[in-house]
Amino acid sequence: MRHFEYSRAGDVGQAVANHAAMQNTAFLAGGTTLLDLMKIDVMRPAAVVDINRVALKQIESLPDGRVRIGALVSNTDLARHAKVVADYPVLAEALLSGATTQLRNKATTGGNVMQRVRCNYFRDGVSPCNKRTPGSGCAAVGGINRSVHAVLGTSKSCIASHPSDMCVAMAAIGATVTVQGPKGTRDIAFADFHLLPSDTPEKEHALMADEMITHVTLDAPLAGAKSAYFKLRDRASYQFALASSAIIIRLEGGVIKQARIALGGVGTKPWRATEAEAQLVGQRPTPALFEAAAAAAFKTAVAQTHNAYKIPLGQQAIVRNLSTLVA
Amino acid sequence: MADHDISETPHACPSCPSPEAAPAPSRRSFLMSMGASGLAVTGGGLIPRGQAQAAAPAAAEAQVPATAVPLAPGEQTVNLVVNGAKRSVNVPPNAVLLDVVREKLGLTGTKKGCDHGQCGACTLHVNGTAVNSCLSLAVMHDGDEITTIEGLAQDGTLHPVQEAFWAHDAYQCGYCTSGQMMSAVAILKDARIGRDDASVREAMSGNICRCGAYKNILAAVQSARTNMPKVS
Repeated sequence: MRHFEYSRAGDVGQAVANHAAMQNTAFLAGGTTLLDLMKIDVMRPAAVVDINRVALKQIESLPDGRVRIGALVSNTDLARHAKVVADYPVLAEALLSGATTQLRNKATTGGNVMQRVRCNYFRDGVSPCNKRTPGSGCAAVGGINRSVHAVLGTSKSCIASHPSDMCVAMAAIGATVTVQGPKGTRDIAFADFHLLPSDTPEKEHALMADEMITHVTLDAPLAGAKSAYFKLRDRASYQFALASSAIIIRLEGGVIKQARIALGGVGTKPWRATEAEAQLVGQRPTPALFEAAAAAAFKTAVAQTHNAYKIPLGQQAIVRNLSTLVA
Repeated sequence: MADHDISETPHACPSCPSPEAAPAPSRRSFLMSMGASGLAVTGGGLIPRGQAQAAAPAAAEAQVPATAVPLAPGEQTVNLVVNGAKRSVNVPPNAVLLDVVREKLGLTGTKKGCDHGQCGACTLHVNGTAVNSCLSLAVMHDGDEITTIEGLAQDGTLHPVQEAFWAHDAYQCGYCTSGQMMSAVAILKDARIGRDDASVREAMSGNICRCGAYKNILAAVQSARTNMPKVS
């Protein structure tokens, strides 16, 4: 690992100030992405601001029914929190389907939102990659793109899928990302936080210079709804999603009143499938309806050389999850 | 960098029951006595190519005890409580916790496998929580309590998890074993993790065993459950 300047921040103000004091600085939380990528020389910060001592490890219920999660709450503690288990099972299941016990113990809420892609060409340090070296091209287009590449939201500049499971659940639940920077704090809707690659895949999120995530606030749970995360992968544990679905659904008198669907493994960002949701609302649940909703979710899908299977697989991730939830 | 220093204080852990702490000759002390230059010639794989020459003089100088080593430019002192004993190390910011534990503290029971959080061989406990030490900087842990495999046995008595691995032959080559045991101890103490086999398999999935001793590892973990210390 290259040398870097290290500082430890005691509060958010100090963290932001330290971050702004130098060019090419990175915030260090759990380190499971950053240190991994620094070891392989893909991320090369000149300075690292350790924020682990900042008091952002609380999970609070707000008066309006929302739940505010500190950026440094570990993936383990979030998944096991009584409020999350009771009111947001889709989030608890998504978190526990990701990574391993040890990694979830280190990985944080804010860090997971900032997780980088798993594209081999991004990580290898030598291949053309517009995310790593803007303007260099994309080796994944026409390259090996079976497992960690998307069919939704891709561009000719980048086709890497977003790797997070947690973020897929948050996209379904609805959430707000609170950030603090030199100019104060602001809220960003979760749906607007991650950016599509378009022709600037190096720009992955809506953070401005020196801004730091301080909280993620979940929308209030839908009363009377059921929710679940369903993940398909190459092995039964410790693997990124080939396709996954986070679904929240509420029925009343046998009719679907509300439905929220988000997809993982198939999109270049945590993918909210609003077209699929629109198919469901006001209808009685049937296998044919679920298949129609799944088809709507992938209407704009574009297959790459090796990942055309993700279109039916992603559809099945929706149908299976819905079928289990309404059974 | 510090990655390739030989330990400054190889066997100073007073409560360490590791056979490596004994004065009798061991494979490790024999190899260390050969010096890094010997290793570079006879075992090139032990020192990454291109760094062998740089590592040799550093290793020779590193025979000096830690107390005599002044803070080098860019280094800082990190205070740890390692297996119950206070330890201080001078490290640069890019020193990884795993490397510091092995090479600065001489606690080589913790293994380096993939070095990227994918295999679990480096698992140890930070303030009682199991983590991959390869994905932590030592400077992040100032004031933290670190427990390594050398800290499991108490007063010469093996921890129930160590006993169970022995009794169930839960290893072949043994390289992943310390990481497996550290995960097992943390899992058995965590009431939030289910007691059934499927839950244990899932919770242990961050520890890869290339020999494939999983069946016996699971049996060992489950059998140790009833013998765990009540207060932890």
